Amino acid sequence: MDSDTIAAIATAVGEASIAVIRVSGSCALGVVDRIFRGRVSLEQAPSHTVWHGWIVRLDSGQHIDEVLVTVMKAPRSYTTEDVVEIGCHGGTQAVQAILLELLRAGARLAEPGEFTKRAFLGGRVDLAQAEGVMELIGAQTVAGKDAALRQVEGSLTKLIKALRQNIVELMAHIEVTIDYPEHDVEEATSELIKDGVTRLSRELRDLIATAASGRVLKTGIRTVIVGRPNVGKSSLLNQLARAERAIVTDIPGTTRDIVEEGIQIAGVPLRVSDTAGIRETTDVVERLGVMRSRQAIKDADLLLIVIDASEALEEEDEELLALVSSLPAIVVLNKMDLPPRIGLEEISQHVALERIVQYSVFRPELLRDLEQAILRVVFGGELQPRDATFLANARHLSLLEQASVSLQQVLESLDMGVTLDVLAVDLRQAWVTLGEIIGETPREDLLDQIFSQFCLGK
Amino acid sequence: MSYHAGEYDVIVIGAGHAGSEAALAAARLGSKTLLLTINLDTIAFMPCNPSIGGPAKGIVVREIDALGGQMALTTDLTYIQMRLLNTGKGPAVQALRAQSDKALYGRVMKETIENQENLTLRQGMVERIVANGGKVAGVVTQTGAQYFAKAVVLTTGTYLRGRIIIGDVSYQSGPNGQLPSMRLTDSLIDLGFSLTRFKTGTPPRVNRNSICFDHLAAQPGDPEPRHFSFRDDVAPRDQMDCWLTYTTEDTHGIIGENLHRAPMFSGDIEGRGPRYCPSIEDKVVRFRDRPAHQVFLEPEGRNTAEWYVQGLSTSLPEDVQVQMLRTIPGLERVEMLRPGYAIEYDAMLPTQLWPTLETKMVSGLFTAGQINGTSGYEEAAGQGIMAGINAAMHALNREPVVLHRSDAYIGVMIDDLVTKGTSEPYRLLTSRAEYRLLLRNDNADERLMDIGHRIGLLPNERYDRFLAKREGVEAEKRRLRSVRVQPSQLEEVFSDRGIAMPSAAVTLEQLLKRPEIDYTLLNQMFPSGETVSDEVSQQVEIDTKYEGYVTRQTQEINKQKKLEELRLPADIEFSAIAGLSNESKEKLAQVKPMNVGQASRIEGVSPADISVLLIWLEARSRRRAANG
Repeated sequence: MDSDTIAAIATAVGEASIAVIRVSGSCALGVVDRIFRGRVSLEQAPSHTVWHGWIVRLDSGQHIDEVLVTVMKAPRSYTTEDVVEIGCHGGTQAVQAILLELLRAGARLAEPGEFTKRAFLGGRVDLAQAEGVMELIGAQTVAGKDAALRQVEGSLTKLIKALRQNIVELMAHIEVTIDYPEHDVEEATSELIKDGVTRLSRELRDLIATAASGRVLKTGIRTVIVGRPNVGKSSLLNQLARAERAIVTDIPGTTRDIVEEGIQIAGVPLRVSDTAGIRETTDVVERLGVMRSRQAIKDADLLLIVIDASEALEEEDEELLALVSSLPAIVVLNKMDLPPRIGLEEISQHVALERIVQYSVFRPELLRDLEQAILRVVFGGELQPRDATFLANARHLSLLEQASVSLQQVLESLDMGVTLDVLAVDLRQAWVTLGEIIGETPREDLLDQIFSQFCLGK
Repeated sequence: MSYHAGEYDVIVIGAGHAGSEAALAAARLGSKTLLLTINLDTIAFMPCNPSIGGPAKGIVVREIDALGGQMALTTDLTYIQMRLLNTGKGPAVQALRAQSDKALYGRVMKETIENQENLTLRQGMVERIVANGGKVAGVVTQTGAQYFAKAVVLTTGTYLRGRIIIGDVSYQSGPNGQLPSMRLTDSLIDLGFSLTRFKTGTPPRVNRNSICFDHLAAQPGDPEPRHFSFRDDVAPRDQMDCWLTYTTEDTHGIIGENLHRAPMFSGDIEGRGPRYCPSIEDKVVRFRDRPAHQVFLEPEGRNTAEWYVQGLSTSLPEDVQVQMLRTIPGLERVEMLRPGYAIEYDAMLPTQLWPTLETKMVSGLFTAGQINGTSGYEEAAGQGIMAGINAAMHALNREPVVLHRSDAYIGVMIDDLVTKGTSEPYRLLTSRAEYRLLLRNDNADERLMDIGHRIGLLPNERYDRFLAKREGVEAEKRRLRSVRVQPSQLEEVFSDRGIAMPSAAVTLEQLLKRPEIDYTLLNQMFPSGETVSDEVSQQVEIDTKYEGYVTRQTQEINKQKKLEELRLPADIEFSAIAGLSNESKEKLAQVKPMNVGQASRIEGVSPADISVLLIWLEARSRRRAANG
């Protein structure tokens, strides 16, 4: 039914030692072949075999990671389509890089539940599982919508919106030239389109260059946990990290003394670090003066301030709370399982209520509140990222690249003297592709633009 | 007193552009058809501009012809000017536009209708639609005539509770002073339909003898006019010029001083007007910094001095209209024959229709044209022919015909209407089509004649002519693919023209794909042994040059078609499907899409919702298999 090829990371994103990326679809073998260097071409490989090799960059052939690739041919696979599973080294960087190359090679990112959906439509899994998938998709739709809405404020989104606006103005100009041939609007001439598209193409390439080097792809949003000793910083970090693993692997995590951990919340990568080791002292200024923690706070994109709710607020706590005015921060009122000595009212004198999360290590379900609060800050546009492409991930990047190819095609066509009707196709494609990044493809946009930009009518 | 006036397969109410096509199509398909109109003298009347065609619209006219409809031929027999527009912008967006002789157009259409077998024409105002148990039964007229039928097509134009507004004056009226239909709306509401109120407008008309053409620019027709209809037997006609002038600062001054008397701004008009056809007062207010707006002066016919002032649609008071006209170069001493006006009318929300244009609520009742919220003669005629076809199919117990978005602009339009609805009078624009490169002026026959002939609407002799053309196109394409030429054979011509040389032997097809080589040049260098008609060579050239893009769009279409083939059961309860968002449940229940493809185009229905529907369908068929 769906013949296009989809890809997704099948294991947890984090510090696991290996990860698996699954690819499914009628062109799965061909797509992976384009970036796989091993002893065979996967198209020729027999079904249910495992091959050693390297995943390379599509453009330069540069090695990305050493991998084991499993080939399962239709219909003897989970989805009943051709399936390739790429086992690579764990960690965000390698996995994201491989995923990006897959998208470049012609796959698209799978929707939530899409592998199971295909399995079901292919006659594979049973009804009960299918109903589970329907619910999952439904839930993801709601969550995805919220995320998309929040992203509207994000900085990447702002840049993309500006680009799309420029493109749609150019499109409107072409459309008016086509649909109102006798109107005295300035015709969308080749020079005019060339100027516009050349400028847009340059802006888009700049954006891609920044996105490709985007910090988030490597490190995530720098999140620093601060607080007095023994308020529960380390266990909070451990739980954030473990919850992440538990979701997918079902392997109980061992509590380690983590100093820094890469985690993902709803697809947003965070690099969370603990400032443990700060000496107890009454002088908070001196405490913050400890080189390492001061640097950590200074570099932070986001602060998690942990306060022990079972003890009265101390001067150090108040000093930390004062940081809220200068940095995006969330206050975690910890140890809510004990009789509280601090109330919400007291904290809310320092911090807005939606920035306060009540928490207890014995009630891990409260972790969700914290994650929501973090996402609110991330998508709320308050973070001042040091580069514009804060949230760029593999999917964003591959779509940006596709849009860039469409714009290049417009320029090439212009040079060849191709007519307006054909130019419009590629220009529109660039607009639609950029729209996919931010979840916007309404057709009426273009008509609205035409009628607000030009004076038309009989 | 009412009386039994007759029994028919199909009754069409209204003889405008939608009604004429509907009635002719139904009758030609062999159903006994009755066409009722308020006034026999205004059949296929053009209450606004005297022109047919233009971008997208002109292609609709070709599509109507390819299906076996009438608008193209009647235009070809009556035009006073013909132009091919967008010639430099690519074949996909080229379109014919005719200036029509209004009176002659109506007369020829009336004659065609009068002489059509199976078709009865009668004057009468329908006041009531009769339906029993959700099925249409017939209609009752103002004079008490009861007609019975298996299918009824409503094409009421702007007549439903029509109201004309000119400045502070307003009165109940159909277009151009015709009798309005005041009671039929109530009958539709009784049947359970939701109606809305739309508005449109027209400019003043002036006497040609009072126009001074000395400083105006003439807009002539094409020296060798092409025609809408796919025929060889249409003779070219003598043409007349249109003229171009502009509004002035004085015009805008007068409009500004009188805005308080403009009903659009005083709030006297409640109906929603079209954005693409604003009044001059609208244009002046919204685009204040424009010093001048274009005004085209267009003859309304060969035997009349009445001219149309395109660009000056208005509902300002009559005295202001005269003042305004006389500030325009060439019109300093103009005599206004009729004032422009705005007209409000009732329309139905088109989401109440199936893609066949049959209403969901009353089986056998079809609607087409302005009642469905569209604007324009061509849009009306395009729906008219489909409503006529499907009404006949309904009456004759045959399969309905639905055109896809990839088949025709008519398909795009109807799908937009029934899937998304419209909040303003809907006009076709080429940008509404996602497969614009396929929906061309040159290939409407290739796209639709098979369908027209299969259902029995397109006569054999016209289909045979098309088959001959198709064979000619294929033969010539075969030749271009098979003939290889050496670089040495190209050297002379290519170096003369500064065209880059190929490094090895190439086929003629490969040469034709290059932007700098057209068919004429190719055929000069390597002539075909046989005569290739312009029609054939044009098709070959376009198909060849566009091939890459066409293949890309065809792949998209095939993907989409798979979704179109997945029918959704009529009794589906969307609210009971877990996983659909609440918004989608509501929208799906309202639109009742016929298949998954249509569902995917409903605003607010996401790809995730479509996945849920696919899984639900599969689960349903497995349950059935298990129980069966």
